[in-house]
Amino acid sequence: MSDLCHLSLVEQARRVAVGGATARELVDAHLARIDALDPRVHAFLHVDRDGARAAAEQIDARRSRGDKLGPLAGVPIGIKDVVVTKGQPTTAASRMLAGWTPPYDAAVVERLRAADAILIGKQNCDEFGMGSSTENSAQGPTRNPWDLERIPGGSSGGSAAAVAAGFCAASIGTDTGGSIRQPSSMCGVVGLKPTYGRVSRWGLIAYASSLDQIGPMTRTVEDAALLLELIAGHDPRDSTSLVDAVPKYRSKLTSGVVAGTKIGLPAEYFGDGIDPAVRAVLDRTISVMRDAGARFVSLSLPHTRLALPTYYLLACAEASSNLSRYDGIRYGQRVERKGASLADVYRDSRSAGFGAEVKRRIMLGTFALRAGYYDAYYRKAQQVRALIKRDFDEAFAQVDVLLTPTAPTAAFGIGETTTPMEMYLGDVFTLACNLAGLPGLSVPVGLTPAGLPVGAQLLGKPLDELTLLKAGRALEQRCELSPRWPDLGEVEGAS
Amino acid sequence: MAELTAHEVSEIAHLAMLTLSAEEAETMRLELSAILESMTALAAVDTSSVVPMTHAVPMDLRLRADVVEPSLPVEVALGAAPARAEDAFVVPVVISEA
Amino acid sequence: MSTVAPVGDAALPAVLDEWEPVIGLEIHVQLATASKAFSPSGVAFGAPPNSLTDPLVLGLPGTLPVFNRRALELAVRLGVATSSKIRARSRFARKHYFYPDLPKGYQISQYDEPLCEDGAIDVLVGTRRMAIRLQRIHLEEDAGKSSHEGATSHLDLNRAGVPLVEVVTAPELASAEEAAELMRSIHRLVRWLEISEADMEKGQLRCDANVSVRRRGEDRLGTRTELKNINSFRFVQKAIEHEILRQIRILETGGRILRETRLWDAMGGVSFPMRSKEEANDYRYFPDPDLPPLVVDAQIMGAVLGTLPELPGPRFERYQRELGVSPDDARTLVSERPLAEYFEAAVAARRPEAAVGVRGRAVANWLLTELLGALNGDDKAIGDSPLSPASLAELVDLIEDGTISGKIGKDVFESCYASGQSPAAYVESKGLRQISNEAELLKIIEQVLVTCAKQAADYRAGKEGLFGFFVGQVMKATGGRANPQLTSELMLRALKS
Ligand SMILES: [Mg+2]
Ligand SMILES: [Zn+2]
Repeated sequence: MSDLCHLSLVEQARRVAVGGATARELVDAHLARIDALDPRVHAFLHVDRDGARAAAEQIDARRSRGDKLGPLAGVPIGIKDVVVTKGQPTTAASRMLAGWTPPYDAAVVERLRAADAILIGKQNCDEFGMGSSTENSAQGPTRNPWDLERIPGGSSGGSAAAVAAGFCAASIGTDTGGSIRQPSSMCGVVGLKPTYGRVSRWGLIAYASSLDQIGPMTRTVEDAALLLELIAGHDPRDSTSLVDAVPKYRSKLTSGVVAGTKIGLPAEYFGDGIDPAVRAVLDRTISVMRDAGARFVSLSLPHTRLALPTYYLLACAEASSNLSRYDGIRYGQRVERKGASLADVYRDSRSAGFGAEVKRRIMLGTFALRAGYYDAYYRKAQQVRALIKRDFDEAFAQVDVLLTPTAPTAAFGIGETTTPMEMYLGDVFTLACNLAGLPGLSVPVGLTPAGLPVGAQLLGKPLDELTLLKAGRALEQRCELSPRWPDLGEVEGAS
Repeated sequence: MAELTAHEVSEIAHLAMLTLSAEEAETMRLELSAILESMTALAAVDTSSVVPMTHAVPMDLRLRADVVEPSLPVEVALGAAPARAEDAFVVPVVISEA
Repeated sequence: MSTVAPVGDAALPAVLDEWEPVIGLEIHVQLATASKAFSPSGVAFGAPPNSLTDPLVLGLPGTLPVFNRRALELAVRLGVATSSKIRARSRFARKHYFYPDLPKGYQISQYDEPLCEDGAIDVLVGTRRMAIRLQRIHLEEDAGKSSHEGATSHLDLNRAGVPLVEVVTAPELASAEEAAELMRSIHRLVRWLEISEADMEKGQLRCDANVSVRRRGEDRLGTRTELKNINSFRFVQKAIEHEILRQIRILETGGRILRETRLWDAMGGVSFPMRSKEEANDYRYFPDPDLPPLVVDAQIMGAVLGTLPELPGPRFERYQRELGVSPDDARTLVSERPLAEYFEAAVAARRPEAAVGVRGRAVANWLLTELLGALNGDDKAIGDSPLSPASLAELVDLIEDGTISGKIGKDVFESCYASGQSPAAYVESKGLRQISNEAELLKIIEQVLVTCAKQAADYRAGKEGLFGFFVGQVMKATGGRANPQLTSELMLRALKS
């Protein structure tokens, strides 16, 4: 195990700040690990070796001059490839965008650069964020570091795997229906989907605009708190960005006290569909937390069973619209046969550029928005969405947070899930949170007998990330995985 | 209306600007039908008095001041175009009349 | 503004006894903002291709729209000026279709919750003022432009994202002339309100027409066609007349009208059906998830109401009712706001003694004949007039109070127009003041009668036709400054004595 690479983000930043390590050492250690192990994991689509080293050297030079450094100075962070980076290729793991380098930075990337973080590379994911296993990447799947024959979850699978494997101190993921939390659960890392509007979507390649949110994927809850603090906040370029002030999450993160916290256990999240091994880990978690003084309340979110169809209708409808811009004209993949008409160029480019799952969702969304079908499908789903939101409002009148499994199963085998519906069911516990715009946190709380991580999901009131992080800290302290990290073998050259 | 017809699949593909092979179209028909089947549950819910929720967090639109910022240089604007002339994107001729 | 073009086809009036056209217009007006509707790149006509873009205009992945406050204010201004209902909360929707000039694959527009509904606009057909109902006015963004280059088209996205309003009239225009007048009214109104330059040649004002015909007396509407691409005033009337006739000919020969979109070809003076494929569009409108509801709050309403000038329609009537202006002159005066403002400033600058009911008539005459004539000759706009409204008022007052004669007035006008000098000062400095002093005039008359004793004798002998000669002699002697009326009176008395 390379020591530097499994330090927390907070600790890595501290070492650079006090001179315990140089930025260059951190970057070299991570690059060595990536070079040695990522061929097996395939977490990255692009590693910016030269850029990362140059940025690290600059930070070290600034430090030696006594310049003030940002709070993430020298810390390598990976970015899911649906977030645009000026000067680094961004493809959304799609053939459609192969070779595209954006001329601008996402808001979150600007903020990371301003904090002096090192943007070490772009991470694999399901194409345009559409999937739950990272198998829908045009560049091939990412493998779960805990078991290379298994998927890492998705769609932010590369980002979760990279954090678990020690390829970066933290990742920036995106979550439309669970895409931060579910892979975090399956890779044994911490993943936070903030309240809708908390983090600017400027520069996030849209999948479903009313559901998409950017968030941190880290090895500790404290890391997530720090990263959220740095990326959250109002951005005038996003009309849905919230203006509320950003709390100092990290300093307010008192150490793991849950006595008196009222935690709701929604019955619908503990039903038949859960794998018994996952269920056992959750039961143990609940009893540990009860011993620590948390008060559990059983309650019901009656519209939960409608969340899945509601989500897929709304997400696919928005996706069909958002993906209309990919036409092979201004950027991206273009297929133009000899003598092709304009319509041929559109159809050929789109048909060749999009993968099967993306096409399926575009088709479903196009269906739902057609004249004559809109009211029965899209509008109906928006109404049910309001009912799902109302369930949560009522629940949060009684409790501080909700605790649920993050996913019904631990990581499954690559190629194991064959039908789209089967795959969609894997998101059943995460997507209601997006529909309601709530913050959700996944924290690793145990391993299955097969040695696969299991995450617990905490859901909170809008803008109440702090309560989630505090409760998550308590889970983290009392339910630590053992072993904490997957064993991928030693890496030469990494310190 | 859970079972889609092949004709509907081809209509939707036409609107979505996708070409599906016969095999793809049939697979798509079956998969979409299965997904739509799961959506019939929504039809049974009484939503007669429910206002559709269009945004995750209720808010009013904020407006920006009418201030010009520098444009992208033409070279950057056209830089990623698969086909271009000196100063324009190029496509097969846009036919607007019969 | 140009007058109504004559009806091109002599057959039209005759068939119209039997057939009734029903016309509705969809008019796009570019809003006069500095930046785009949803992003900050600039707006300018004639800039080098693709030089006014930004990531949103190009439809780059990851971009998001933020709406322009100025565009909203201008649209609300138009809504208020057309007595429309302004929605406190309206909504942006996405309208989907694939076209290369539409970078995102959808246009941000408004659909079932538009900004304005149920308005009306004053249209002057001749000097008749009528109200045409407006179904809606909604906000949207413009598309780019493509130009044909052989087997390819070249795209310029400078115009993509420019803010527009689309004004949709009720389908109740009864003739191509009314449609053309409606376009003129919109043009006048949006310029009046400084909402748009509305230059049709620059595409800032565009018109699509929905046209159908039915036999007179029939209730049911006929099948309509949509005429697109009518891009000059001249062609609005021509294209619609052509379409009315085309439809009547088809129906009279037992044919059926196809519901289709047709493109007007101004060069050939004909229209073509657009491809039927384009017609198979299902726009799949839905509320734009990137844009929360658009709220018109008290602040915006206040800003609009506080700056709204009196509109051309009411002014057209007030000028006739209160200022004694003829209907034709009133129509001309309200054709553009700077002209009306000039007129009002001149009327207001007149001396208080000027009779209220007619104080505008003489100003209108001088303004519309002399001043506009001179400005036209110099290719100048009213705003560039060297003669200020106060000077024009002064000139009219000098004539009406008898200080100078109307004839001298024209000379004064020309001199002051050229020099920019005040008419009163000019009259004073050149000694042009009219002679209305009886004693002074009598002295001159006596002189004339002495010099022209023979003619005086002839007159007295019955040659009364010579009277004008004597007045002319006085004018000649005074350099035209003699008060003509007083001179006539005194001369008559002198000759009879
Ligand atoms: Mg229209
Ligand atoms: Zn329009």
